[in-house]
Amino acid sequence: MAVDLPDSDQLLRVSLGPQHPSTHGVFRMNVALDGETVVSLKPVFGYLHRNHEKIAEGVTYLSSMPYTDRLDYICPLSNNWAYAMAVETLAGIEVPERAQHIRVILAELTRLINHTAFLGFILGDMGAWGSALMYAFREREKILDLFEDLTGARMMANFMRFGGCRNDLPDGWAARAKTLVDGYPAFLDEMETFLVGNEILLARTQGVGQLPKETLINGGVTGPMLRAAGVSYDIRKVDSYGIYDRFKFRIPLGETGDCYDRIMIRFLEMRESLEILRQALEQLPGGDFVNPKAKLRGFKTPVGEAYSRIEGPKGELGFHLVSDGTVNPYRYRVRPPSFINLTLLEDMCLGLDLADVVIILGSIDIVLGEVDR
Amino acid sequence: MKADPAAILEHLRTALPGTTLALRTNPGPSAQHSILVERESLVAVLQHLRDAMGFDMLSNVTGVDWPDPVKADSVAVVGEGGQVSHNEGFLEVIYHLFSTENRVGPLVVRARTADRGDGAHIPSAVPIFRSAEFQEREIYDLFGIRFMGHPDLRRILMWDEFVDHPMRKDYIAPDDYEYEPTPHGAVVEKAKAHYPAADSQATFSRASD
Amino acid sequence: MAIDPHLADELKSQGVHVTSLEQLVNWGRSSSLWPLQFGLACCAIEMIAATMAKYDMARFGAEVFRPSPRQADLMLVAGTVTKKMAPQVVRLYNQMAEPKYVIAMGACAISGGPFKEGYNVLKGIDRFIPVDIVIPGCPPRPEALLEGLIQLREKISKEKLTGETRARHADPNGAASFPIPQYGPHDLTPVANPDIWKPMPLVRAEGGGE
Repeated sequence: MAVDLPDSDQLLRVSLGPQHPSTHGVFRMNVALDGETVVSLKPVFGYLHRNHEKIAEGVTYLSSMPYTDRLDYICPLSNNWAYAMAVETLAGIEVPERAQHIRVILAELTRLINHTAFLGFILGDMGAWGSALMYAFREREKILDLFEDLTGARMMANFMRFGGCRNDLPDGWAARAKTLVDGYPAFLDEMETFLVGNEILLARTQGVGQLPKETLINGGVTGPMLRAAGVSYDIRKVDSYGIYDRFKFRIPLGETGDCYDRIMIRFLEMRESLEILRQALEQLPGGDFVNPKAKLRGFKTPVGEAYSRIEGPKGELGFHLVSDGTVNPYRYRVRPPSFINLTLLEDMCLGLDLADVVIILGSIDIVLGEVDR
Repeated sequence: MKADPAAILEHLRTALPGTTLALRTNPGPSAQHSILVERESLVAVLQHLRDAMGFDMLSNVTGVDWPDPVKADSVAVVGEGGQVSHNEGFLEVIYHLFSTENRVGPLVVRARTADRGDGAHIPSAVPIFRSAEFQEREIYDLFGIRFMGHPDLRRILMWDEFVDHPMRKDYIAPDDYEYEPTPHGAVVEKAKAHYPAADSQATFSRASD
Repeated sequence: MAIDPHLADELKSQGVHVTSLEQLVNWGRSSSLWPLQFGLACCAIEMIAATMAKYDMARFGAEVFRPSPRQADLMLVAGTVTKKMAPQVVRLYNQMAEPKYVIAMGACAISGGPFKEGYNVLKGIDRFIPVDIVIPGCPPRPEALLEGLIQLREKISKEKLTGETRARHADPNGAASFPIPQYGPHDLTPVANPDIWKPMPLVRAEGGGE
């Protein structure tokens, strides 16, 4: 592929990917190295471009819901919520109380599985080869069991509907979720014991991959990467979508924004998620799990457009829908956090070693389903 | 806090005289109205919004293909003082801006090309907002809008040798899948091109290979 | 030369193990498959979950995922194969050494899956490389992946190394590498490999309902 790399023949050109253990999917980076130092890094996308947006133009709004699961496939339920919220904003559909609570509970559980899997993957990138992944997936399986009881599927839940959720919580689900939430801090304590003062982690991640705050904001970076640099911007607090304004939780902030901060901030975010979960499970009201007046299939949205966003585990996940009054969307656009967070990948890696590139890419926490859609 | 495009529009008109701006209202319940900016003044407007009005994050850049300008004007309705912009089809780029300091957003800004031909172009927002870099490359790849001033405009999702712009409304995908056990709807017509002609005696059976 | 199973059992109870070279080789091969670390999309997460402690692929000897195709003998195509990725998949397959096997995991790898209408989606990896086992699902549960692995092991243990019906890797004329598709202006060229993939002809009664 024709890529613009510096011309000198003293440089070593390496193509990392698309099949590579550390690229988190089919992502390719064309790197030009002077010895071990990165001189230029050009990412190549599109190896998982499944034209989700084009398919969505040909099917109804509800039929796109299963496809949103497959966008960021580590956190499918947040994607479902973001899309459902976009259609609800577009068409003016209200969501009942119980459904809002269920959505918050599922979204925070999804944040837990995403950050847990992230820990496993980035430690695998650093050479821990699968030990951390084993611990992480042990906890993830417990949450996936809950999802399977509720939605019928471990991963591709397809659970949110316009106006609420697909079905109500089964008996005993809330109690089991509470048991899980009570037991989760033990896992976090265990991982922190292994990681916080770990020499190898400190040596490989401190001082690596930081950028000034203004550059990050200008680059459209959102999510834990932005907060690790000290910018207090969490869409759950800024937009207060859903019922997040009813829960007391803090926003952890990092200091320098290097890879170490990005890893540690996820520990703190998981603890805040547990706090939200405790409150949401306690305050769970009765009532409808879906708006009884909402028509799900074959409904025509009013003419107009809407952009709505949520604080997904990876950043700002937005959906921009343009409707021409028919049953299919006219234009369906996903604002992918992983894709836009990668804009500054080259800036973060210039002047560092090749090994650092792997850590930096891991700390951005990308999922190719979302990057390429 | 939601942005107030009408007030921002007035402010822009006083700050940047000579630019052609119009308010476009959104008829749906979301009421996210937008500011339509003339192509040539797009960069100046974005710069003013970033430097003087605190909109420091360009979050989303969307491309839309409007072969039918009447439909485009039904989604972004002409407000007062604005005029209908096109007689023929065009391509549009929609920007969503946020202010991280003032917690305001989204501010919706639109810009349109002259037509849907090969020369369709819009000035690039990358000198002002770095976040537009990959998103504009994607719009170039999938819609065919050239962004003048983009540092590295080439295809991003499709391979370089690809010549079509797939997200356009008149794109025809290659017909490369035959096997469809029970085609229905529009797929029947496509499937008939691949099935051998059936005689009246034949029943639904799978010819063994 | 076949071994009489009753005789073999009787000897085994006496502490004498009798086997044929073919059975021995197949047993070794099937019990120690090294997959290529090759997750493409969502199915890769279930593949990873299958190697983790709850489902434990290590029981079947297949937990050693090798990043390099030279060291792997099983390619688990897990996830959607896009047309942009297809040449790389075929290239990786060609680089693997015989005997090599392919499992198509998930609906996308089998036939394009939910993304079948995609202009960039390859409608099944069996268009370019031969596939031994398919595991349907979207994504298939880790147990389904283990079932597919067990079926592959049974298939390998029944492989013949000599004679007319011997396996492809034992045949000096068997193809080990397949032509790599090129990027064309609208699609890949060729669209499929005609030696491996033929569209399934389906005869349908005219006017037989929609």
